[in-house]
Amino acid sequence: MSGHSESILREPLITGKDITYAQITKEILSPVENKPNKAWWIGFILALCGATLWVVSVGYTFWFGIGAWGLNKTVGWAWDITGFVWWVGIGHAGTLISAVLLLFRQNWRNSINRSAEAMTIFAVICAATYVVSHMGRPWLAYWVLPLPNQFGSLWVNFNSPLVWDMFAISTYFSVSLLFWYTGLLPDIATIRDRATGFRKKVYTVFSFGWTGSVKTWQRFEAVSLILAGISTPLVLSVHTIVSMDFATSVIPGWHTTIFPPYFVAGAIFSGFAMVLTLMLVVRKVLGLENYITMFHIESMNKIIILTGSIVGVAYLTEFFIAWYSGSQYEQYAFINRATGPYWWAYWMMMTCNVISPQLLWFKKVRLSITATWILSIVVNIGMWFERFVIIVTSLHRDYLPSSWTMFYPTWVDVGVFVGSIGVFFTLFLLFLRVLPSIAIAEVKMILKTASEQSKMKLIKEGSLDKEHVAEYVESLEKFDSVKQEEYAKI
Amino acid sequence: MSNIKYILGSFGDPDEMLHGIEKLQENNISIYDVYTPMPIHGIEAKLGVKRSRLDVAAFFFGITGTITMLTGVYLATVVDWPVNIGGKTHFALPDFIPITFELTILFCAFGLVGSYYASTHLFPGRAPRVMDLRATDDRFIIAIDAKQNTEHEKIDELLKGAGALEVKHNERKYLSYE
Repeated sequence: MSGHSESILREPLITGKDITYAQITKEILSPVENKPNKAWWIGFILALCGATLWVVSVGYTFWFGIGAWGLNKTVGWAWDITGFVWWVGIGHAGTLISAVLLLFRQNWRNSINRSAEAMTIFAVICAATYVVSHMGRPWLAYWVLPLPNQFGSLWVNFNSPLVWDMFAISTYFSVSLLFWYTGLLPDIATIRDRATGFRKKVYTVFSFGWTGSVKTWQRFEAVSLILAGISTPLVLSVHTIVSMDFATSVIPGWHTTIFPPYFVAGAIFSGFAMVLTLMLVVRKVLGLENYITMFHIESMNKIIILTGSIVGVAYLTEFFIAWYSGSQYEQYAFINRATGPYWWAYWMMMTCNVISPQLLWFKKVRLSITATWILSIVVNIGMWFERFVIIVTSLHRDYLPSSWTMFYPTWVDVGVFVGSIGVFFTLFLLFLRVLPSIAIAEVKMILKTASEQSKMKLIKEGSLDKEHVAEYVESLEKFDSVKQEEYAKI
Repeated sequence: MSNIKYILGSFGDPDEMLHGIEKLQENNISIYDVYTPMPIHGIEAKLGVKRSRLDVAAFFFGITGTITMLTGVYLATVVDWPVNIGGKTHFALPDFIPITFELTILFCAFGLVGSYYASTHLFPGRAPRVMDLRATDDRFIIAIDAKQNTEHEKIDELLKGAGALEVKHNERKYLSYE
């Protein structure tokens, strides 16, 4: 921490002049300590309407049963599982940012990990509601747990990927929650020590008595590192197991070994897109430009190109292997995807996931906030279509042509999906109001080593290589929160 | 005899605080604890805080999860209710790898975080034992037990010399939360 500064060649992670520790606390806590503005209320009311729609649609499903959805005897799985996989996928970025980037010592994670983890938790909650509501008899949901067989009929089938999935999702949710909450303790203590009255009492309970003594911090860092170490394989295992729900079946188009890596890449892809969708708005509305800089946005865009390209290669490989396998069923499944009655869904997926993210190779696009925001939404639309294509187009052409049919969603299908987005945003907006959206302690850690002001100080001291400094100043051009005139003077 | 219980040196910069710790230790003044708004690397070595053994604990919690799952699945699928699936082995180990892995992680994470909370006395509703309210905001606090170290003026001088912005003489150990 103390002593050494980061190389001048690296872009700053905190911009702005004369930033102090107190200022970091104040700026990050301002949405928590002040009354919400109009933008928040508009967003919250809209989200709440969505959440209400969700309650109505899910209530209707519980009352009348799964028949309320557009499923038929051929397509027995459609928007429900599409929505589930979509949300679980989105829920992958948070742990990836907090765990994998911690192991790789990527300090830019410090200012985005908190919101990304919160987003993960809310996305997994949305996914879990799908699991429960598509069971048909949700009050018997606990039957998925391995309970003694006197209780039901038999033990759960431990050979079934659906049972593995139950273990994977519940482990992922609870471990992410622990990781997130443990990281929050020091920040909740910060709010507690600044608050008065009733607020203070509430935050006192939730701060677990955090003081910030030497031993607590030392153990805290050890715990974070170990949690990161175990969460990294965990996050990879979760979507692997989700993909096995399909891959271990014998449906053409599902029965492929490429699914695990392809699903994991897709999950990271959609997760980062959702982080960008949210963070670009949060950054603007809450005025956090100095902490979530253009460097952060560009880095996330680079991950989106990488994972988007992996997904693209996977699509092409699938197609090639279908042909190469010589299996008629497999070949038909893929030809039908691209040219059959659902061709529009397939090409929607191809355009949104493979073609449009390639625009991010252009630096101009990567550094444009508007373009990035639009592309991030396009990616999430594409990823929804990916799951729809995999699930519905594989099922709708059954082995018997007499069973061939199409899937038409009912208003309940649409209501559950649109409503789940409402639930997600309601939770996220509440999170922004009651907890800091950026990990305060972690941002303070890099203030003295990787901030613009610390690098400025180094330049002014004048013992740096001129070429390095020139390169650094050039790299600052992309930052919308840096004043170039400051550097012209030096 | 003065009523001062603790002397707090309040620093605005972590490096100055580390310098303060060095100064105090050179003069054989024992430090009670240090409170900071963020982790400061290198401070634990100076204060002689031992390496955490939480990693060892985490390993054993993880192994417990592995054993629990394998035992549980064995009892369910072999002992209690074996199901004949095409004559295949009842204990189909490869099928149980994913769930065994998940339970290993689950036990490891809960055991680890539970031991961390227990060892540092963190639990919901615990009354925070705070010496200075700004220690979670922008100040780096060195706390010195005033009963053990009686040369108060010298301590003040050392702290100020190292760059302390403020030196407080507290008559109560922790700030009241009433």
